[in-house]
Amino acid sequence: MASVSEFAHSEAEVHEEHGHPTGWRRYLFSTNHKDIGTLYLVLAICAGIIGMLLSIAIRAELMFPGAHVFPVLSAILDGDGSHDAGKNLYNVFFSAHAVIMIFFMVMPAMMGGFGNWFVPLLIGAPDMAFPRLNNLSFWLLVAGFVMAMISMFVDGSPGFKGFGGGWVLYPPMASTVGTPGPAADFFILSFHLAGMASIIGAINFIATIFNMRAPGMTMFRMPLFVWSVLVTAFLLLLALPVLAGALTMLLTDRNFHTTFFEPSGGGDPILYQHIFWFFGHPEVYILIIPGFGMISQVVATFAKKPVFGYAGMVYAMLAIGLLGFMVWAHHMFTTGMSLAAQRYFVFATMVIAVPTGVKVFSWIATMWGGSISLRPPMLWAIGFIFVFTVGGVTGVVLANAAIDRYVHDTYYVVAHFHYVMSLGAVFSIFAGFYYWFPKMTGYLYDERLAKWHFWVSFVGINLTFFPQHFLGFQGMPRRTIDYADAYWLWNFVSSIGAYISGAGTLVFLYLIYEAFKAKRAAPANPWGPGATTLEWSVPSPAPFHTWETPPHIPGYDEHGAEPVVAAPGSAH
Amino acid sequence: MGGPLLALRAGVAGLAASLLAGSAKAAIVGAPGPGHIGFLPANSPIQYDIEWFHNAILLPVTFGISVLVLALLGYVVFRFNERSNPTPSRITHNGPLEIAWTVIPALILVVIAVPSFRLLSDQLIIPAPDMTLKVTASQWHWNYGYPKPEGGFSFDSLIKEDKDLKPGELRLLTVDNAAYVPVGKVVEIDVTSQDVIHSFSVPSFGVKIDAVPGRLNKAWFKALQEGVFHGQCSNICGIDHAFMPIEIHVVSESAYQAWLAGAKKQFAHADGVDLAETSQLKP
Repeated sequence: MASVSEFAHSEAEVHEEHGHPTGWRRYLFSTNHKDIGTLYLVLAICAGIIGMLLSIAIRAELMFPGAHVFPVLSAILDGDGSHDAGKNLYNVFFSAHAVIMIFFMVMPAMMGGFGNWFVPLLIGAPDMAFPRLNNLSFWLLVAGFVMAMISMFVDGSPGFKGFGGGWVLYPPMASTVGTPGPAADFFILSFHLAGMASIIGAINFIATIFNMRAPGMTMFRMPLFVWSVLVTAFLLLLALPVLAGALTMLLTDRNFHTTFFEPSGGGDPILYQHIFWFFGHPEVYILIIPGFGMISQVVATFAKKPVFGYAGMVYAMLAIGLLGFMVWAHHMFTTGMSLAAQRYFVFATMVIAVPTGVKVFSWIATMWGGSISLRPPMLWAIGFIFVFTVGGVTGVVLANAAIDRYVHDTYYVVAHFHYVMSLGAVFSIFAGFYYWFPKMTGYLYDERLAKWHFWVSFVGINLTFFPQHFLGFQGMPRRTIDYADAYWLWNFVSSIGAYISGAGTLVFLYLIYEAFKAKRAAPANPWGPGATTLEWSVPSPAPFHTWETPPHIPGYDEHGAEPVVAAPGSAH
Repeated sequence: MGGPLLALRAGVAGLAASLLAGSAKAAIVGAPGPGHIGFLPANSPIQYDIEWFHNAILLPVTFGISVLVLALLGYVVFRFNERSNPTPSRITHNGPLEIAWTVIPALILVVIAVPSFRLLSDQLIIPAPDMTLKVTASQWHWNYGYPKPEGGFSFDSLIKEDKDLKPGELRLLTVDNAAYVPVGKVVEIDVTSQDVIHSFSVPSFGVKIDAVPGRLNKAWFKALQEGVFHGQCSNICGIDHAFMPIEIHVVSESAYQAWLAGAKKQFAHADGVDLAETSQLKP
């Protein structure tokens, strides 16, 4: 394990000592930001497939009234085909779906995958600041994923397997009252491990971005994706320890008879919700802010125009990050909070719409006057801007406690957060994936297939989630295995949409297979004059080591004087 | 496969009916309609306000913004694609424009905030109640308590299993013992839970309030018309979360007094509020 390179200064020495570890050692012991980034992306794809299969099963169950699918699934998975076992398994599935998609799909893809791969490349650094911590961070996450999977197969609610209380782990449902079995403990420990992994990763990103920029790469000359990772890293660093606190209290409530959240001992279940959402709301920005950065760079590249209002974009992300910590209780309007508290959280939440609007309009202004080529990454980016807007405006509706009281915990909320997550965050991940795929693999993918993937997914996912707004207005509660017969039509439409987006995922997997099989060599810059950031100046695939000597940042005077640059995003 | 097909026909017919017909004025049913897309029939001043606030203010704003963004995206893609505009501009700043798209959304939010805050106050400042209904949740049913002096009894309300449904009763939404309240009276509901967190929700009244162990949460409604109003538990509470419906009958004062007299006898065994009794349900 050649990992002493931190102390080796001459380039020749580094190459000699590092070599290229091969086989499983290359990945298991990896301290290379690109290999670790690849590992994260592979994990994200695997988790995404599992999470999607869970959601397809859920939609299959909800396609018709009555509980028919899950008893069969339960018979196959647990050997218990009873009606009740099916109902329990349904709860286990939607809980696991959320955890897998949030912690093991979106976060690893954005921060772990694209963040690791491209932050050092984009700022002209040779690697991350703490390469071994980077390795630890990844493998802790894998351990967390294994914990979450084990949770599904150990005892949970009395007589059944798995934890079925939703990803939020609200006690008493997640305490021994609702879930006496160890499934909840595995869930909690899975969160703990994933959280530790994220905290370590966040420290690494902050140290890298603050200390390892190439000379001349000033903060306000960094590409927006780097800014977005920096903001996200701070959110992770400040939010996840809070989650760890709540989970530890829950764990001791469960195992050592403390009563933090247990009313019979003077505790309060609502306390947990406050602590959880103090993490949970920043968490939803953790899931989307790196996407903002990717979308900015993709839009600028394919409009062949610098980002419009670069400084405004940076300040908007900082504002969203800061406000994200001040609005948590808008998830709790029905818990019986006081009027004053509800007024405050309504107001603070609505304020977030302002910086978000700045971002949406700035993306459009970036395209305005540009020379747009509708290649696959751009298609996903434009799709993102629209669906994120739809998800954003329903967020403004939900911010009003007066309305939230009606639609809280109905399918309207499900539609809202899937519009910003399942469409928004996932579309930005695909935009980034199609943007950087040639740089990561050295191969060109079939752009026709990528466009098919976009259109099938766009139609499928919108068909899945748009009708859920209607179900919400009609009062259909979320997290139910069965529904009143009147809800059938829109559930049916929604399920058809889910199958179509499932077909879109098959196109995606085939596209990857086809690209690796066809081996069309990618040039250093496949995107033309719009691609001005540093990663396009190294060969494709990016060599094992890059920027061992810092790159020259155009506009930077070697003697240390900083010339004034009008448009920071365009300076290279 | 007859069921789904029938349901599809019913859904399409229901959708057409909901688009054509206005709201019925006689005794109404607060339950979802096949294929309907709007709010459930409103039956309290608060719910009328919720409906108005959403449909008259929020819906136009959100719809307008979405359409504006879609139109702008469509315009830039067609007007500024590389064929029609081969040479991109280098403009990256426009001060007045940037100020405008910061200030105008803020002003829109202020316009939204005014009715929002007024309605919020109306919801949370409970007027002097004419009666109190105590609601206690447990896995997986509701218990309704009618305090003394006029009541002094409580009873469990469980889902009616499919095989017991009478024609016209709604699957999953019908209970064995519904709660009764008089029309036009301010009803305060005090909600708590015996075990995990549940949520008491009656959409037609604009009421949703969590049932939290160790806490007594309050909400209120004033039913404007007689009828039957359904709701469902709205917080994940275990395997039978989908099977603990809420059914409230709004009746005239005289019918309510008659029901009260009968209920006092029927549920006399409970002697006040009997919270210990938990019967488990396996539909």
